[in-house]
Amino acid sequence: MKKAVKIDVKDLTVGYGDYVLLHDANYQVNQGDIFIIMGGSGCGKSSMLRVLTGLIPPLKGDVVIDGINMVSGAADKVQKIREKSGILYQSGALFSSMTLSENIMLPLQQYTDYSPATMRELASLKLALVGLTGFDDFYPSEISGGMKKRAGLARALALDPDIVYFDEPSAGLDPISSRNLDDLILEINQSLGTTIVVVTHELASIFAIGNNSIFLDAETKTILARGDPHELLKNPPNEAVYKFLTRGEKK
Amino acid sequence: MKSPKVTDIPMNNIVITAENDKLNIIFSGDVLGCDSAGAVQKIQGMLQSGIKQVVIKAEDLEQWDSSLLVVIYETLRLAQATKLKADIKGLPKNLRDLMQLAFADDRKPTHGGEDYSFLESIGKATIDSAKTVSAVFSFLKQTLSSLGRFFSGNSVMRGVDFCSALEDCGPKAIAIVSLISFLVGLILAFVGAIQLQTFGAQIYVASLVTIGMCRIMGAIMVGIIMAGRTGSSYAATIGTMQVNEELDALQTMGLSRVDFLVLPRIFALILAMPILTMLADIMGMIGGATVGVFMLDLPYEEYLKYTLNAFNLKNFLVGIFHGFCFGIIIALCGCYSGLTCGRNADSVGVATTKSVVSAIVWMIVTTGIITVICLELGI
Repeated sequence: MKKAVKIDVKDLTVGYGDYVLLHDANYQVNQGDIFIIMGGSGCGKSSMLRVLTGLIPPLKGDVVIDGINMVSGAADKVQKIREKSGILYQSGALFSSMTLSENIMLPLQQYTDYSPATMRELASLKLALVGLTGFDDFYPSEISGGMKKRAGLARALALDPDIVYFDEPSAGLDPISSRNLDDLILEINQSLGTTIVVVTHELASIFAIGNNSIFLDAETKTILARGDPHELLKNPPNEAVYKFLTRGEKK
Repeated sequence: MKSPKVTDIPMNNIVITAENDKLNIIFSGDVLGCDSAGAVQKIQGMLQSGIKQVVIKAEDLEQWDSSLLVVIYETLRLAQATKLKADIKGLPKNLRDLMQLAFADDRKPTHGGEDYSFLESIGKATIDSAKTVSAVFSFLKQTLSSLGRFFSGNSVMRGVDFCSALEDCGPKAIAIVSLISFLVGLILAFVGAIQLQTFGAQIYVASLVTIGMCRIMGAIMVGIIMAGRTGSSYAATIGTMQVNEELDALQTMGLSRVDFLVLPRIFALILAMPILTMLADIMGMIGGATVGVFMLDLPYEEYLKYTLNAFNLKNFLVGIFHGFCFGIIIALCGCYSGLTCGRNADSVGVATTKSVVSAIVWMIVTTGIITVICLELGI
């Protein structure tokens, strides 16, 4: 059965001012995909994520999520879609002046009418889901880098999002923590049906979790390849993709 | 027959020989810590005398360091720039490999810094200034909207953040404000006493200190202390949040950064600054009295009488109003610098400096404006 389209990117040009990082990108992310945005350093992966999450506007083109144009759509409709999205930043981006529980409760306070007691229970549940049971009253400075990422993921899951974006989830993690985070991403995707968009250049993660992808190229400023990363490795459409997926081996 | 022109420059085992249209560079023995800049300069000069080919080779080369690599690399770059043939076959394989690595195309940046002419620089600076002014107005507009949301009960400002900001800029600032104000009162009294003594009018030190501290000095001193202490702390805290992507997280959560970060700090300083200004006034007067009573031997009762006579409610309120305005300025400058901070550690330092400098400049401008208004109103 064909999956429904969750995110539709049309003729998207990404950049800053006059400087174009990527032009006329077209791709679709289907419901329930673990979609990888990959490519070498400086190809515009993180900027693409910033456009998808609304942090910066595109230079041109549209991002349509669940039928709502996130670039030119009505503000209230765009906001509704944003509320159903969670983001895990590279550093976790937890608010250092708040406990883990307070961090998770923050979006709940903003967008729900739950009582403080319910919100606290929900925060505990989200922390438990990411393997941080009992860490409710810890401050971000009191936990390790891997735990910060998991706590950041718990916050991203606070509002039961339809889409979760991950910016370089493996960055700064040891191989075991990185693997554990990959397992967690798979678990969330499979058990909650959440659509996942991951920006990464970590090959192990790409092959462990990705079932759909695009490959961005800094030189041509275009999408050089798209599809299941395993398929791309088997049948690489060009040398650049093959080299990237094999850590620089020549064809 | 004219003999071929030969130039030998032995330089720490580097021999550079120009022969007709060929430049030979030969390395031998140990080439360690040689004057690579000097060698390259000489090579550059010799390349301009009709040279068409550069041959770089090594003969019995033993130990070498990066200074040798610099000579080879720069020579090859010069040859490349002037489209000369360069032959490095006579170099050992490891040196050739290193040069291949240094000239590898696929590692060149795809974009880099741009060079601007003088006029372009002026144009760019003008555009950047216009952007900054626009950003400042946008920030002020957001702050006013945020205040509107607060008074209509729709703000996401957290009470706990306000209390924390108030604690930081209130009770925790008392000691430093008291000390500095006491010393300023002391200095004011000393400086005044020297002049007033010549007229036998030392007792008017009390009036000088009271009017000076209450009208403006108390507020100015508190303003400068708080700009350096609290404004910079706001810029550093919010700037670090930018570096740690916490501001991005707020934005993507749909939470207003101004509601969340700026409002509690503005309210805290608006409340704390007038109180600290009052404290500074009192401490300054105590400092003045210390000099008057204990050093100038003025009678305590007389000093107090002149102090009370000089105390004017209008002056006092003008000082408090200055403190109120300075509170807004320090909070706005600190928060704006933090919110516009870049995404690296250097930027946090720049934001901190910017917050202090801009707060002090705007405080002086504001003082000028208030002084003119007071003069016009006869206050």
